[in-house]
Amino acid sequence: MDHQYEKNFMAIPDSVILVTLIGATNWGVGFLTTVAIFAIVALALNLQWGYTGIFNFGVVAFFMIGAYTSALLTLPPPSKFESHILGLELPVLIGWFSAALAGGLLALVIGLPTLRLRRDFLAIATIGVATIIRSIANTTEGFVNRGSGLNGIPRFLDNFTNASDYKWVLLVIMIVMLSAVYFGLQRVTAAPWGRVLRAIRDNEETAMAAGKHTVSFRMQAFVLGGAIMGLAGALWAHRTGSISPTAFNDLFGTFVIWTMVMVGGSGNNKGAVIGALAVGFFWFGTPLIQEDLPDILGTRVFQLRELTVGLLIVLFLLFQPHGLIREKPQVSRFITKRKNMYQQLD
Amino acid sequence: MQLIATHKKPILQVKELMKQFGGNRAVDGATFDVEKGSITGLIGPNGAGKTTCFNCIAGALSPNNGNVIFDEYDITGLPPYRIFDRALIRTFQIPQELTQMSVLENLMLARGGQDGERLWQAWLHPNKIAIQENDLQESALEILELVDLYKHAHETASSLSGGQRKLLELARALMGQPRMILLDEPSAGVNPTLARKLSEHIEMIRDKLGITFLLISHDMDIIERLCDKVIVMTSGHVLIEGSANEVFSNTEVQEAYLGSQYR
Ligand SMILES: Nc1ncnc2c1ncn2[C@@H]1O[C@H](COP(=O)(O)OP(=O)(O)OP(=O)(O)O)[C@@H](O)[C@H]1O
Ligand SMILES: [Mg+2]
Repeated sequence: MDHQYEKNFMAIPDSVILVTLIGATNWGVGFLTTVAIFAIVALALNLQWGYTGIFNFGVVAFFMIGAYTSALLTLPPPSKFESHILGLELPVLIGWFSAALAGGLLALVIGLPTLRLRRDFLAIATIGVATIIRSIANTTEGFVNRGSGLNGIPRFLDNFTNASDYKWVLLVIMIVMLSAVYFGLQRVTAAPWGRVLRAIRDNEETAMAAGKHTVSFRMQAFVLGGAIMGLAGALWAHRTGSISPTAFNDLFGTFVIWTMVMVGGSGNNKGAVIGALAVGFFWFGTPLIQEDLPDILGTRVFQLRELTVGLLIVLFLLFQPHGLIREKPQVSRFITKRKNMYQQLD
Repeated sequence: MQLIATHKKPILQVKELMKQFGGNRAVDGATFDVEKGSITGLIGPNGAGKTTCFNCIAGALSPNNGNVIFDEYDITGLPPYRIFDRALIRTFQIPQELTQMSVLENLMLARGGQDGERLWQAWLHPNKIAIQENDLQESALEILELVDLYKHAHETASSLSGGQRKLLELARALMGQPRMILLDEPSAGVNPTLARKLSEHIEMIRDKLGITFLLISHDMDIIERLCDKVIVMTSGHVLIEGSANEVFSNTEVQEAYLGSQYR
């Protein structure tokens, strides 16, 4: 009897640990996959705002248009319970590519009338467009299945793996995509092109006097950023498998991203990624500890994290305006500092 | 001085220029020529419209009326970057340096025709860009040497003093490989020794590189020392032009400077 008891006693903690470990791993993998997507969006916003000083308050619009574009192109034709356009069953990669195109095109359409005007015009336009796009998706019959959303969006490289391994495949895909975006952006921003963007951000008059066609550069940064946001939206759609208009709210799709860039440090790509990790950890981590919190907090955890995001923005603006990682005064990576030429006296 | 007399061809012609802010005509029918290879002074009391004139010439403002001809080409109302492309470069009275950027890159930015500023080129040809950036860095450092800012090359421009920022303005203009520079009070806030050196440099740059200068200054020593011709503006139009001596001895000019209370 004793012996039996001991055996059982030993067995219980083992399985609990195992379950917890699996749970933690699953959460970690899911978390990193999500954060990688958010980091891509943060990088895109950092290109627009951090480098170029463009106030895009409608990030979610670009994300959403990318998600829907890719979903509509890769889904099968609608069943009799659904009503949406297209459904072409195209390969997922074509969906992603088109999503980037759609995001870039949206930026072009918004940018053409507003980018040559004062900066606040574009800010207002982007807020408006986000609202309009969401309401079109919600109310137009026979377009994107309205509030029921699009479901069964195919996964990328799904047929090569079984269900339990797929999360790892997904994580690798997202990390590859994030790296591609990061190094791609680094290549052009730590270069004369990025130098012009930063000049425009800091003093457009100087940039013009130095011969730069500033409207054209701002358009380039806005469109490239929009394309990357569109791509990220597609990654998101194929990750979750179903999307609906309500999921794309301003808080989640725009202001959390802004917080990431502000916390991480704008004007440098490393800051955007670090910010996505830090804010993402907070944003997706808080619901997990909901049960461990005292009731008075636990029942309000979602409101509290929204409040905290707002607080984070204010605190960083006041006390750490450069974010966790501060941009460097040197922009171009091609500059060689010669040891003998300057002695810095600290 | 005799050498200058041979440079008769105007490189810049300003004709009946008019710029209005609300009801206030800041520039009101200004007409003058600047000869190629000259250093021409543009003086006048505060608020005479000198800087506004520069803004209209350089494309920062669109004039309400009149024409600006640069090297036989009508540049009236062109955007600043198009005027830069024609190698006419201005400096700012209040320095407009990029404070978050290194002094060196403030200059490197100011060179036209960089391949690395094209998105696709920056993406596809980093090796070519590396070579161009290296050359660019060399010439930026040379210019920094010239204006005594060499040792500040890697500091942010925000760490410079007011006088040093004025020097950076001149350096930035030079970096653009100009044929003509519009200098708005280059020596304001610069210490007298350096101001003297600066005026020597301006003369040397004109002699060696043949760059034409139109120079706004309240420093009559510099005007007298440097300028082949001086244009005096009051209330938006040209009062008189001539050699520094002619202009300074003119009673109307003295009155304009002293203001009505001395009449
Ligand atoms: N952007 C503007 N908006 C409204 N009024 C302006 C503007 N710029 C200049 N002015 C006005 O135009 C007039 C001429 O100004 P401007 O700066 O050209 O004078 P200035 O000759 O350069 O004077 P200073 O020697 O003090 O630099 C002034 O009355 C000024 O108040
Ligand atoms: Mg002035």
